[in-house]
Amino acid sequence: MLHLVNTSPFESSDLESAAKYSAKDSPILLFEDGIYAAQAGTAMEGRVKEIMGDHPIYALKADLEARGISNIIDGITEVDYTGFVELVEQHKTASW
Amino acid sequence: MIVFRTAPYGTIYAFEGLENVLIMGAYDQDISVLFIDDGIYAIKDGMNTEGTGIKNFSPTFRALEAYDIEKVYVDKESLEARGLSVDDLVIEPEIIDASQVAQMMEDQKNFFIF
Amino acid sequence: MKFGILILEGPYQHEASDSAYQFAKAAVEKGHEILRVFFYQDGVLNSTKLMEPQADDRHVQKMWSQFAADTGTEFIVCVAAAKRRGINDDVIADGFKIGGLGMLTELAIEADRVVTFRA
Repeated sequence: MLHLVNTSPFESSDLESAAKYSAKDSPILLFEDGIYAAQAGTAMEGRVKEIMGDHPIYALKADLEARGISNIIDGITEVDYTGFVELVEQHKTASW
Repeated sequence: MIVFRTAPYGTIYAFEGLENVLIMGAYDQDISVLFIDDGIYAIKDGMNTEGTGIKNFSPTFRALEAYDIEKVYVDKESLEARGLSVDDLVIEPEIIDASQVAQMMEDQKNFFIF
Repeated sequence: MKFGILILEGPYQHEASDSAYQFAKAAVEKGHEILRVFFYQDGVLNSTKLMEPQADDRHVQKMWSQFAADTGTEFIVCVAAAKRRGINDDVIADGFKIGGLGMLTELAIEADRVVTFRA
């Protein structure tokens, strides 16, 4: 199951719920305002790194660029929309 | 699987999610319904929406059984976090924990969160 | 693969419809088939031809209508959600059709994947 998270971790519990209600190793894709969780140096970084212990995390390039976020946490993989489609080829999806 | 994750009235997500469940129930499919996070508030008892002018749709959840939707679950932690128990709900879902939710998700083909 | 797309938010207020559009375009470019885009909740508002964004902005309805024309993808606007929001046959644009919520269930059955774009 691919977990789609599109809200900022500073205002929504979507990322936490995706992490809590998901099987280990299931990937999380951050897009839209969800990409703010991918930024390095925020108060969320420690928590995001913990989640990365159980889930590979991807972040959508178009939404990162649109918001001027370039310093992302090491280990988060940037994908373009083609990469988004490839993740969906590999996994069913849940949109939080 | 249809998941209720949003409280009622403040937004329409839960109500239209319920409409979707009732339609899906008319198809001969293996459907389950799950309440997590604020979705639990959609089935809380004792609602009186008169002062808001919005229709109280919580009684409709009691009709799930009539639509042959028998797999109805609620997340234990979400209930506890909100100081509620199954006695506070208009229906009696089976209580499951987060790891069971995760397993169910993996077993389902489709997953709609409202 | 056969994909289905469910859109739950209206245009401009939220990025959901834009993301769904970019995803749908990338999926078709990769050779996938979009069986149906289903517009539900405020998503039904994407279908109105009455929207008039400023000239320097994207036109969400026209983007979708063009996509339907180019790919033959079926767009269904949920009748119950549409009625609630003043969307009917008089206002829906080319490429969109009003249909029952059952068509979402059928999409869930027929598609290999359904991806929801929401708030």
